[in-house]
Amino acid sequence: MELASQLLPIDIETLELDMYRTMLLARRLDERMWALNRQGKGHFAVPCAGHEATGVGYALALDPAHDHLAPHHRDVSALLVWGITPRDILCHFLGKAPDPASGGRQMYAHWGSRRLRIFSLSSVMAGHVPHAVGVALAAKYRRSSIASSRGKGDNSSEEHSPRDDALTVTWCGFGDGSSSKGDVHESMNFAAIHKLPIVFCCENNGYAISVPQKMQMAVENVADRAAGYGFPGVVVDGMNPLAVYECARLAVERARCGEGPTLIEAKVYRYLPHTSNDDDTRYRTRQDVEHARARDPLKTFRAQLYTEQLLNAGSEAQLERQVGEQVEDAAAYALAAPELSAEDTFKYVYG
Amino acid sequence: MIKTVIESIRDTLRQEMARDERIFILGEDVGVLGGVFRVTEGLYETFGPDRLIDAPISELAIIGIAIGAAGVGLRPIAEIEFADFIHPAFDQIVNQAAKLRYRTNGDWDCPLVIRTPYGGGIHGALYHSQSIEATFAHFPGLKIVAPATPYDAKGLLRAALADPDPVLYLEHKKTYRSIKGEVPEEDYIVPIGKAEVKRQGADLSIFAYGMMLHESLAAAELLAQDGISAEVIDLRSLLPIDWETIFESVRKTNRVCIVHEDTYTMGLGAEIGARIAEEAFMDLDAPIVRVTGPDLPGVPFNEIGEQTFLPNAQKIADAARRLAQF
Repeated sequence: MELASQLLPIDIETLELDMYRTMLLARRLDERMWALNRQGKGHFAVPCAGHEATGVGYALALDPAHDHLAPHHRDVSALLVWGITPRDILCHFLGKAPDPASGGRQMYAHWGSRRLRIFSLSSVMAGHVPHAVGVALAAKYRRSSIASSRGKGDNSSEEHSPRDDALTVTWCGFGDGSSSKGDVHESMNFAAIHKLPIVFCCENNGYAISVPQKMQMAVENVADRAAGYGFPGVVVDGMNPLAVYECARLAVERARCGEGPTLIEAKVYRYLPHTSNDDDTRYRTRQDVEHARARDPLKTFRAQLYTEQLLNAGSEAQLERQVGEQVEDAAAYALAAPELSAEDTFKYVYG
Repeated sequence: MIKTVIESIRDTLRQEMARDERIFILGEDVGVLGGVFRVTEGLYETFGPDRLIDAPISELAIIGIAIGAAGVGLRPIAEIEFADFIHPAFDQIVNQAAKLRYRTNGDWDCPLVIRTPYGGGIHGALYHSQSIEATFAHFPGLKIVAPATPYDAKGLLRAALADPDPVLYLEHKKTYRSIKGEVPEEDYIVPIGKAEVKRQGADLSIFAYGMMLHESLAAAELLAQDGISAEVIDLRSLLPIDWETIFESVRKTNRVCIVHEDTYTMGLGAEIGARIAEEAFMDLDAPIVRVTGPDLPGVPFNEIGEQTFLPNAQKIADAARRLAQF
C-alpha cells in the first residue's frame, strides 16, 4: 500500500471537496451542452449525469501524471481530474478546430489525448478495451524488456513509472452494453494470463440504449464474470465517490504491484437519454427516473458535505458561481472557436 | 545469399528484433512452435517469451492489443495465423488502426505491422486459401504490401517496421518455400508504394503481385515463344498503388492485363482498370483484361476444384494472347 498512501491527498476534507467541485462542474457542463444542443448549436450531446461519482472516484485513486486512461464515454468528471479543461470539452462538443481529442473530426464524448495518456475512443462499443490491454502490456513490457537497456539511448522514458518496481496502471472504463461484446472477453482473458497492470471498470447504468440489463445478461452482476478469467470482481455503489475511490485504490495498487487485473462494476444510473438523439420515454417510465434521483450523487454527496460541515449556503453559492463562470467561459470560447477547415479535413490520413 | 521467402522473412525479423527492443511478435503459435509455417522458428529461443508472445485464439485481441501497444510507442508485429481468420479483427483494423491518426487530428499514431499468410495452392480449401487484400484496400489510413520475392520480403518488412502507420504485410504462403532468390546481407528498404518492372516488354503489360507475379512471369515466357513481348510489373504495394509505374507501362504497351488470385468482382483489378480508364484512356488500344479468381465463395479442397479456381501461367497466357490480337 506504499504507493497508494503517497497518492492520498493531505486530508479527507480536501478530497471530498475536490470530489464535489469536480462532480458539480461535470454536471453543469452536461446541462450547458444539453441546452446548446436543444438550441440547435451542438449536433450531438452525450450526457454524463449519473456517472460523475464513479469518474471522480476512480480518477483521484490513480496517478494522473503517469497512469493511462481508456475511459468510458461518460467520464467527464474523470477527465476533469486528468487535466482536460472545460474549454477542451466544449470545443470537442461543438466539433471545433481546437478540440484536443480530434480537431473537430469525431462526435462528442470520443475522448483522447496523447499528452495526458488518454487513449482515443471510437464509437464502436468496447473497441478500446483491447487497446487498454495493449497499453498495460506495454507498461509491463518496458519494465522487463526495456529496463534492461536503459542507458543504451532508448527513447521511451516517458512511460517509466516513478517507482522503479511499480507499474504504470491503465484504467479501462466501459458500460454494461459493452460488456456483452467479444472484445471485452478476449481482452480480459489476455490481461489475466499476463497479469497486466489494468483495472477494468464496468459502469453499469442498466441500459444499452434501450435494452435493459435483464435482456443483456442473465446474471445480476457483470463483476461475477471476473471469476471466469481468474481475477477479482467487485461491485461498488457508483453513485458514492468515496466508495468508488476506496475500491479503485485497492484495484490500482494490486495492478501497480504486478498482481494483475481487477474488474470493478460501478452501479450507476443515467438520468438523461442515451444521447441527444435518443428518446428514453420509449423504454423507461418517468417514475423510474425520478425514483433513481434519490441516489443522485450531486444530492447525496452534497447532503453529506453539509452534514460534515464542509459545505454551507455561503460556500456552496461561491462554488456554484465559480463553476458557472468556468462553464460560461468554456461555452463562449468554444462558440467563438474556429471550425475545422476544408483544407485540414484532408490532413492526418498518414504520417 | 540465396534464400527462400520464409528464410528471408525469418532472418529479417531476427535482425530487426535484435536491433530494436520495441519490436515484439504477438500471435497464435508464434513462440514455442515457431509458427505453423515456422516463419518465427528459433526466435523464441533468442528473444524469449516477452518478445514472442503465444496468444490465445483471439484474433480481435491480437490486433487490438497490438494497436494499444503501438499507440504508446512499442513496435508490435501482430501475426494472424491465416489471413482467412483475420475477419474477427476487421473492426480493429479498419475502424481502429486505420482511423487512429485521422480521428485524433494526428495526435495518436499506430505503427503496427500485421503479418499474415494468404493465398491458395496448398490444398487449404475455403478457410486456408483466401486473398483478403481487396477487402482491406478500401480503407484509407491502412497500407498493404504483398512481397513476391525473398528480396522484397526483406525490403518491404523493413519498410513496414519503419513506417509510422499500420501496414498489412501479406505473405503468399505458396511462395514461402517455392520461391528462392538473392537477399543481400546489408540493410536496404523497398519503399512502400513503389512497383517494379520485373520484365521489360513492348506488346502488353501484365500487372500482378504475390504468387501471381511468378505465374505471370511464366506466362510471359510462353508468350515470348509466340513472339508476344509482355511487360510484367510486380505491384508489391497494394495500398498505396504505384500509379506512375502503371501509367508509364500503359503508355508504352497500350494493352493491359491485370492478374490476381482474389475474386473478380470488386477485386484490385477493378480499381486498377478504372484508374487506367480515367487517366490513361487515350493510351489504350484494347479493352482491359482481368485474369482473376472466379466469383466463388471459396477455394475448393479438391485438387481439380482448387486448380479451377486459381489463375496460372497458362490461363494468363491465353488471355494475354487474345489481348495481343485485339
